[in-house]
Amino acid sequence: MSILIDADTTFIVQGITGREAVNLARECLDYGVGAKVVGGVTPGRLGREVHGVPVFDTVAQAVAHHGSAIYGSVVTVPPAFTKDAVFEAIENGVQLIVIVTERIPRRDVAEMVELATLRGARIIGPNCLGIIVPDVIKMGGIGGPAKNAAQAYTPGPIGVISRSGGMTTEMSSTLSAAGLGQSTAVSIGGDAIIGSTYAELMPLFEADEQTQGIVIYTEPGGRMEAELARWVTENRSRLPIVAFMAGRFMDEMPGMSFGHAGTIVEGKEDTASEKITRLAQAGISVAERIEDIPEMIRSAIAERSGTPAGAGAAGGSQV
Amino acid sequence: MRFFEYEAREVVKRAGIPVTDFGFTTDAGEAREIAQRIGGPTVIKSQVLTGGRMKAGGVKFAETPEEAEAHAREILQLEIGGHMPRGVLVDPRAEVEQEYYAGIVWDGTRKQPVMIFSPVGGIDIEQVAEEQPDKVGRRHFSNILPLSDFQAKEVIASTGVTGSALNRLVPILTRLAKLFVENDMILAEINPLGRLADGSFVALDAHMDMENEARGRHKRLLTELGVGEEETRQAREATPFELAGEQVDAQDHRGVAGNVTEFDGNLGLVIGAGGGSLTLFDAVRAHGGKPANYCEIGGNPSVAKACGLAKLVLQKPGVDKIAVMMSIVSNTRVDIVARGVIKACLELGYDPAEKIAIFRIPGAWEEEGFKILEKYGVEYADRSVSLNEAASRAVEKIEGAAV
Repeated sequence: MSILIDADTTFIVQGITGREAVNLARECLDYGVGAKVVGGVTPGRLGREVHGVPVFDTVAQAVAHHGSAIYGSVVTVPPAFTKDAVFEAIENGVQLIVIVTERIPRRDVAEMVELATLRGARIIGPNCLGIIVPDVIKMGGIGGPAKNAAQAYTPGPIGVISRSGGMTTEMSSTLSAAGLGQSTAVSIGGDAIIGSTYAELMPLFEADEQTQGIVIYTEPGGRMEAELARWVTENRSRLPIVAFMAGRFMDEMPGMSFGHAGTIVEGKEDTASEKITRLAQAGISVAERIEDIPEMIRSAIAERSGTPAGAGAAGGSQV
Repeated sequence: MRFFEYEAREVVKRAGIPVTDFGFTTDAGEAREIAQRIGGPTVIKSQVLTGGRMKAGGVKFAETPEEAEAHAREILQLEIGGHMPRGVLVDPRAEVEQEYYAGIVWDGTRKQPVMIFSPVGGIDIEQVAEEQPDKVGRRHFSNILPLSDFQAKEVIASTGVTGSALNRLVPILTRLAKLFVENDMILAEINPLGRLADGSFVALDAHMDMENEARGRHKRLLTELGVGEEETRQAREATPFELAGEQVDAQDHRGVAGNVTEFDGNLGLVIGAGGGSLTLFDAVRAHGGKPANYCEIGGNPSVAKACGLAKLVLQKPGVDKIAVMMSIVSNTRVDIVARGVIKACLELGYDPAEKIAIFRIPGAWEEEGFKILEKYGVEYADRSVSLNEAASRAVEKIEGAAV
């Protein structure tokens, strides 16, 4: 199994006629069993096709053409138009929205997320590469062209969540090389406010029988790691987690942002060292190097499934 | 983007929140005139984007206009935390009966703004929250549902404030919340918010920080405040090297090859993407390497841009070699980056095999890229070599060369 998407997931691409979006559509159609990209939306381009995908002016037209509800949308429109595009998707019944666009002010993101919550929809991103279920489907640019994505991602027991799109692939590739495939890998985006945080995705992985362990990529900035630590402690998660923390050098440079907009350290809780402490307190192992991750997660899984003594802390194991 | 106090106060004033009759100037003589107009005791405050003004001697009290001028002259020359002041603010010294705190910030976990209020102002709100938690009121408010006075009223009342003070404070906190939302602030704070003898309130200091990504939609306000488009208001001003990096990135709109930050080491870095750069920078330092710079490439930049960035780094004084490294790429093409960095070496008259300590970019178009690197004898690595291992090899090479 997987989380968020599977072989039957239908989705549209908003902004499909843009240069990057054309490539993205091709990649999704080519990967795995072939994504069901049932339409694209670019205002004023009704009647065109992108790699055989029909283009519409509105999401409503795409839904009408499809004949039933469309589950997802990948949004790749410029920052000034993103909020409207996401509102349009939500108000037309789309359940899962992957926002690729970067540099969206957080007020807009917060509005989108609140409307999504009100309507029971979920947002991944912004500033992310999307979701991939190895060998089955990908929704977004994650992993790149089908050939490249197949090289890095393999099916298996590890759930991957990452604030960096590129590092989602780097870590998954390292896991694959060590014989540890992924159940689902999610690039959640590098901004200060995002649709789905680690803690918000954990219940989905928790409920997914295929997933036996979680690997996350984290950075300085924000309280997302503290939220995860709290969630893990309060919910007695069955899943062991290994975290990789990048940007440790930033602790010496408060007020500066590197890599992603969300990395700015605004308080002492946002620093790399503070986060490492917090994660460790919640029983999450923090890796110093990417190449150490496979062995760490492998032994953490073995520990949870092996010893009944650990069951108290782990809340029992299904592995 | 942070605002100076005099700008933040202007933003507060425009939102309909009472402020004192302050004046801003860059000239000591003018400070005297402002003090004269105010008539009575004044406070002269250095306008710098750093904390600890008071301690550093950047805030002084004057009884007469002459004294105001003398203080202004001194403060205008006073460097605080590495920053020279933008000017001075001349403020009437208000007779304050009590100092309050009002602020709005984002809660990234709840994904909503939070109003914060305290009847204990004039000091750091985090300190108040720690020492007198019952004196700090907080409340989230919706991003899409209407904002109404009762929300501010609840927050203020929860701290024990009642009577006419409550009724006078409600519109102030509501207006501050509106200002925060409408101006895309990530921080809007009035501290202290003073209650005067007649029971009225006045903002005595304000901190405002506007989200960089939203600057484009507040051009009018920024122009009226006199904020230049080139002003980054970062924790430290950009160096010429960093500005040159911005120019490289701006030469065309394909991908990113920039976000350069200067350091003083000998190993030049051409690294990417966002997360990869952070990981690689840490790795270089963990192996005892001394980076000459931080940067980011990604989003499939042109050959010209990759070349421009590599040239910039190669020409930086003190740089012996460059390391070209990225996490596995899917959008950026390996061969394009390879072409760019080799071109940079050749155009500067260097042997790429000598100047490029290592090239570790696996992913899209890697076969083509590796072929080019092979032709020039550059050491390269595929995905079987970790980011950490690549960084270690680069450091080894440069340290070996330095000995």
